[in-house]
Amino acid sequence: MNGDTSGYGGLVVKSEPIAAADRPFGGAFDSIADAIEAAVPNHAQAITGIVIDRDQMTIQVKREHLVEVAQALRDDAALRFEMCLGVSGVHFPEQVGAELHAHYPLLSITHNRRVFLEVTAPDADPVIPSLISVYPTNDWHERETYDFFGIIFSGHPHLTRIQMPDDWMGHPQRKDYPLGGIPVEFKGAQIDPPDQRRSYNK
Amino acid sequence: MTTFNDSDPRMADERETTEGKVFTVQGNDWDELLHDLSSTPAQERIIVNMGPQHPSTHGVLRLILELDGETVTEARCGIGYLHTGIEKNMEFRTWTQGVTFVTRMDYLSPFFNETAYCLGVEKLLGITDQIPERANVIRVMMMELNRISSHLVCLATGGMELGALTAMTFGFRERELVLDVFEMITGLRMNHAYIRPGGLAQDLPEGAEQKVRELLKILPGRLKDTADLLVDNTIWKGRTVGVGTLDLAGCMALGITGPILRSTGLPHDLRKSQPYCGYENYDFEVPVQTSADAYGRFLIRIAEMGESMKIIAQCLDRLKPGPVMIEDKKIAWPAQLAHGADGTGNSFEHIRQIMGTSMEALIHHFKLVTEGFKVPAGQVYAAIESPRGELGVHLVSDGGTRPYRVHFRDPSFTNLQATAAMCEGAQIADVVAAVASIDPVMGGVDR
Repeated sequence: MNGDTSGYGGLVVKSEPIAAADRPFGGAFDSIADAIEAAVPNHAQAITGIVIDRDQMTIQVKREHLVEVAQALRDDAALRFEMCLGVSGVHFPEQVGAELHAHYPLLSITHNRRVFLEVTAPDADPVIPSLISVYPTNDWHERETYDFFGIIFSGHPHLTRIQMPDDWMGHPQRKDYPLGGIPVEFKGAQIDPPDQRRSYNK
Repeated sequence: MTTFNDSDPRMADERETTEGKVFTVQGNDWDELLHDLSSTPAQERIIVNMGPQHPSTHGVLRLILELDGETVTEARCGIGYLHTGIEKNMEFRTWTQGVTFVTRMDYLSPFFNETAYCLGVEKLLGITDQIPERANVIRVMMMELNRISSHLVCLATGGMELGALTAMTFGFRERELVLDVFEMITGLRMNHAYIRPGGLAQDLPEGAEQKVRELLKILPGRLKDTADLLVDNTIWKGRTVGVGTLDLAGCMALGITGPILRSTGLPHDLRKSQPYCGYENYDFEVPVQTSADAYGRFLIRIAEMGESMKIIAQCLDRLKPGPVMIEDKKIAWPAQLAHGADGTGNSFEHIRQIMGTSMEALIHHFKLVTEGFKVPAGQVYAAIESPRGELGVHLVSDGGTRPYRVHFRDPSFTNLQATAAMCEGAQIADVVAAVASIDPVMGGVDR
């Protein structure tokens, strides 16, 4: 602290990640969990935790087992999550060893319910297997997440940038991406990058 | 080897590449082109770059078509021309300010973007049940009006791209009627930022209900004119029946939702299957077709506009006086807007109260507007049925006053992936009809 008592001083309250839940999960979540255990033979190794938060079920999957879990979720009659709504990346630089998260929303039209898969990868080895073989819709979504976060979806047939120009350097939605400042035409003034401006952050 | 075109500096240069000679066609140069073509050895395989600045590509979409004669053998899309980094920008604004960004994503369905985002924020805050009834009814009414205006643009631009210019003038004329209502209620024709976390920016102005009722009297006849113009039109059917087909299995694999999915016969609509904003209380049908082609999607959009009008009429009946913003003063936007001599702003009474009588109210107002409210850490996914399909929002909060990460699963982005499946093997003219039936909005695709 620098003696600044204005509230801008940078005092940050850290919130703990939401802990994995134990059974019973409540609602239809237990039957989904039962069906997954029946459909994925090595679920104990593949699934690291199940988070129940705000009425949503997020299944944390080890990246090396992602394709097999997704395949079971799609094909098993009791699960039947026919539709994947893409993938969304999140970058948590402070979660050392699991900086990159990939979040896959799945929808079962048959049973009218949703689950979410969450996979992590370290910055040092940002590789997550591609889900195109199970859900072809993830083609562009994975390209977008690669473009913005640098997650390499191994097995993707043409993992190229989709939104940014092909020769762009860096992955803009990562938290460590330099934002730059805007030079203002007034006596060499400079507007600080948004993440370094004096502001309320927390 | 590169030869520069020095006659017109704006034209791209013609050059030799490993694939063959590259020609630039700009119009009025047919004789020149024929001469150039005759001087090169005959080639069967032609790659045409259609767009991004092409009037038939529905916005800044680049289509890369490989042709064999007039048959498309491969079709690929190039996107990203409208990418503006909205998701990244939102990480440096408060949760409330985010509405101003998301409304600009899919610019033809702004109320859907706003509602999806606000439902996500409300879910993160755990206040979904506390949204006032009146706010929910107005949200539904605005969304259904917006569905009509969005489908009208789809018909208008789709018609124009296929040469039906009267469909274009009819579509845009009728859309303007809906936009007049938006302007009266929110102050803007587009980019409203009207739906806010916790409720609405302000209540309906005086006379708005009357204006919507008048619209409901005019629109059915106008929409019937547009439908009569096209539904049994031989040319329109010739251009759309059996064009751009994609069956149910294709839709499922490619994650396609909205009218394209419903044209395969599956009545999947989130308003029915996973209702939000009180959609379970309204009486409406989900129109379905089984032809799985561009014509079926056109019929679905026409029918959906009729269903939307049914919902709007029910909204007007359900509108009861009451608050339009959540009661919790720690979240509710503190503005008390009124129309004064210098335009709309905070009401004089409200300013006098917080400036003159209550220092706490002033501090509270200042903190909420500058700093914003905190949102408990966690992540949610909220989804609604936009005119183009499932519009999903993935929100991550770290417990602060700004989003940690916002991701929009825009239906246009996903549906556009069907271009190759719909176009390959068809004629080049059918590409235009197929893309028009997808109805992509590039602002939503690129964000």
